[in-house]
Amino acid sequence: MKENKLTKGKVAGVIANLVMVDVDGPVSQNEICYIMLEDVKLMAEVIKVLEKRAYIQVFESTRGLRVGTDVEFTKGMLEVTLGPGILSRNYDGLQHDLNKMEGVFLQRGDYTSALDDDRMWSFTPVAKKGDPVAAGDWLGEVDENGQPHKIMVPFKFTGKYKVKSVIDKGEYTINETIAVLLDSEEKEVPVTMVQKWPVKVPIKAYKNKPRPFKLLETGVRTMDTLNPIVEGGTGFIPGPFGSGKTVLQHAISKQAEADIVVVAACGERANEVVEIFAEFPEIDDPRTGRKLMERTTIIANTSNMPVAAREASVYTAMTLAEYYRAMGLRVLLLADSTSRWAQALREMSNRMEELPGPDAFPMDLPAIISNFYSRAGYVYLNNGESGSITFIGTVSPAGGNLKEPVTESTKKAARCFYALSQQRADSKRYPAIDPIDSYSKYIEYPELQEYLKKNVGENWVENVLKIKNILIRGKEASEQINILGDDGVPIGYHVDFWKSEVIDFVILQQDAFDEVDRSSPIQRQKYMLEKVLNVYDTGFEFGSFEEVNPYFKRIINEFKQMNFSDYESDRFYKHEKELFNIIDEKKIA
Amino acid sequence: METKAFQKIYTKITQITKATCSLNADGVGYEELALVHGRLAQVVKIQGQSVTLQVFGGTEGIPSNAEVTFYGRPPTLKVSDDLAGRFFNSFGLPIDGGPEVEGDEREIGGPSVNPVRRKQPSELIATGIAGIDLNNTLVTGQKIPFFADPDQPFNQVMAMVALRAKCNKIILGGMGLTNDDYLYFKNVFDNAGVLDRIVSFVNTTEDPPVERLLVPDMALTAAEYFAVDRNEDVLVLLTDMTLYADALSIVSNRMDQIPSKDSMPGSLYSDLAKIYEKAVQFPEGGSITIIAVTTLSGGDITHAIPDNTGYITEGQLFLRRDTDIGKVIIDPFRSLSRLKQLVIGKKTREDHPQVMNTAVRLYADAANARTKLENGFDLTDYDERTLNFAREYSEKLLAIDVNIDIKAMLDTGWELFSTHFRPEEVGMREELVEKYWPKKE
Repeated sequence: MKENKLTKGKVAGVIANLVMVDVDGPVSQNEICYIMLEDVKLMAEVIKVLEKRAYIQVFESTRGLRVGTDVEFTKGMLEVTLGPGILSRNYDGLQHDLNKMEGVFLQRGDYTSALDDDRMWSFTPVAKKGDPVAAGDWLGEVDENGQPHKIMVPFKFTGKYKVKSVIDKGEYTINETIAVLLDSEEKEVPVTMVQKWPVKVPIKAYKNKPRPFKLLETGVRTMDTLNPIVEGGTGFIPGPFGSGKTVLQHAISKQAEADIVVVAACGERANEVVEIFAEFPEIDDPRTGRKLMERTTIIANTSNMPVAAREASVYTAMTLAEYYRAMGLRVLLLADSTSRWAQALREMSNRMEELPGPDAFPMDLPAIISNFYSRAGYVYLNNGESGSITFIGTVSPAGGNLKEPVTESTKKAARCFYALSQQRADSKRYPAIDPIDSYSKYIEYPELQEYLKKNVGENWVENVLKIKNILIRGKEASEQINILGDDGVPIGYHVDFWKSEVIDFVILQQDAFDEVDRSSPIQRQKYMLEKVLNVYDTGFEFGSFEEVNPYFKRIINEFKQMNFSDYESDRFYKHEKELFNIIDEKKIA
Repeated sequence: METKAFQKIYTKITQITKATCSLNADGVGYEELALVHGRLAQVVKIQGQSVTLQVFGGTEGIPSNAEVTFYGRPPTLKVSDDLAGRFFNSFGLPIDGGPEVEGDEREIGGPSVNPVRRKQPSELIATGIAGIDLNNTLVTGQKIPFFADPDQPFNQVMAMVALRAKCNKIILGGMGLTNDDYLYFKNVFDNAGVLDRIVSFVNTTEDPPVERLLVPDMALTAAEYFAVDRNEDVLVLLTDMTLYADALSIVSNRMDQIPSKDSMPGSLYSDLAKIYEKAVQFPEGGSITIIAVTTLSGGDITHAIPDNTGYITEGQLFLRRDTDIGKVIIDPFRSLSRLKQLVIGKKTREDHPQVMNTAVRLYADAANARTKLENGFDLTDYDERTLNFAREYSEKLLAIDVNIDIKAMLDTGWELFSTHFRPEEVGMREELVEKYWPKKE
């Protein structure tokens, strides 16, 4: 670009939040511009250019917008502000701080700043004079809610730099210069604690991205035991409405072994976000002794907020996650729901009169989804430390049909598939993750198997595979019983079926609202799994099939009481003892 | 709605479809109101000079030289306490013969509540219907539809719920109501002597369908007045949202938009969400609760309208005829109240969650037993008992004619468990069984 003149334009047409602008200069795809309404500026993004006409999607309501209104372009893409103070904040999809906005109702054009300019942070230098550095390298650190928040060489810096000076330990605001670097031409470049980054571009300030290999504990048995997710892994949860997607995601966000949690509430119900706002500041984080909210950032773009900002919200969330990953932290990113994001893309594509793909979604939907999922991952940073983004998205398939485009595209991108089943939800078997349809590709990774053997138990992987087989056999037995009738099959079929029911009730089902049962540490899961396998390996003697059901109901009851009791408490062992007694009644010696 | 003096009159319409017309005009704002040949219309598209208007009353008989004037503002409603007790049409004009309401003029379809300013809903709404209070407890600030086939008594159940709920105002938004149903609501409210706390915006089947699009926004603008300015608890009844969505699809079709699933516009989710998300618990005490009706076709909830609705609302109440007892029940499997967790066992007795879950699980066992029976297999003793349990459960708790308080519902639950099952068969928490299992002499 020769001169520094910013492009201007005038509104030429309006269809809902798609606005056509006639421009007087160059514009670029995804450039941010502002529509200068009489009293407010409305933020918008270029999504198509046709000669002198730019098509922009407005992140706000376009009510009252007239032809001829001035538009100013900024040359920049949609960017987030990165620096200390992101944690425990509630942002909208464009990283405006919701708490700083005035009034009960959202007013369009009310753009609040993402960080606090006057807050003091206690800074400790990490780099020394003369150190060679590059984008993403750590210069110093501040304490952000107990997390070591690294101040890094801005990601936008390309090439090699040398540290000229780093400020002494002390209290500073985010805008003070904390270091001066020298570029390859020995020119001085000042660095503050804040930097900006365009959300649609992945942050790649790391050395390499190995295959993930560490189990990420979530406390949810049917995930950890049967289909584990890993640090830096990707997973998705499709399910019809009412099957418990959100409850499951909330449970994961509360319990998972992560340093930082970023929640993108994307086009979902406002009251669900309110639940997080209300609960997270109250819940203790057992690992830090602080409140859960202190390690959490929420990006709330609920279903009634402008559609275009919904699309931006998932990218904003991912970029914040990448920022914390570059500090060597374990980040968990949850997006509820990625279908709403896809629908936002569909609405725009529709207004632009593009030729539609399946179900009127844009043709490049699969590519967009897989690009997004690929931004997660476990990484080794340039200094040898590691960081990770584990990403779990929910999908809300239209009509509960898993053959729709968003589910199918996501299935190609995510490595874990947690299918929520309407049938399980109807019979209140929560979490309603279907144990047979769901899968985790990670359990096939030798790296993870090695890790599990070392950290959970020598036989763990074997036992898990065994459990899966028992479940399949139980399902087959139940189908046979349904076809042939209770007395049309050998008693053994009933026993097989009920042994799989024990697994269902004891391992798979978990009460997300019970103080004790809601979260189960992996060691406890191991203990219970072994006990359940004990029952499986026992031979039982029954006189008739009618004895089978009531007998196993008693076994399940004792197991459930164990699940409801504190681990290794007297009550826990009391029920375990009772369980042994029941087993002995029918055991074949 | 008076027009302003000295305004420009256009007389050259360039395009007329069944629901829209276009003309060349200057300085028109998006979503602005206009008057076309004496009919209200709204700007839905501006492309350079050309402005497309959605004509609410339909375009029948509009000539290409019709007079068109613009209001210079989007649709509004005048709000004040005088709204109470009145009946209006889709444009907010009285249809009860009374005078126009004076008050503060507000744009309808206004901005959303900042999510961080919302309060978590926590007040239970008791209805006396166990299918709701026990299994799908409602909370102020919630939004929930009835899913029902057109032949089911959803308007009656909704009116019953509205009258029993403790709220300051009831706002009825009727879309495509038959004249009979309109009179039914009017009579019920009149007979209950509550007309002074009802506000109605009604579009009947006699009115043009596109007019319906204004009804929810009118009703909710009135609701926001009472909930925000007056700190009142407001219950909004929207019936029937399926007809609302049909009107949306008519307009998008006339505008040549590419339809997505079931011929619905691609923006259906956002359009419905904008309405339902107006349900809120305000920090200052007022609240808006929305109870809606979505009629289904043959119980099919995978159709785009109920499907998108289900993803937006906080649950759904599914009506079904139980042939065993010959009554309409609230189906425990397909119904759900997402906000019940905020009150059950907290505002109600501690055993509420477990009684609720156990009963539904046993009801599911009964459904399995019924399948066996239908397939001609022998039933076990347990199967027989679940079937007996299910019949009584349906009769005493699920039927919509039940009217008891929540404590009585819980006691009935325990009574049914102990009549048909042994404690170890129900798999409930030991302490609760000890405390509540009826002791038999």
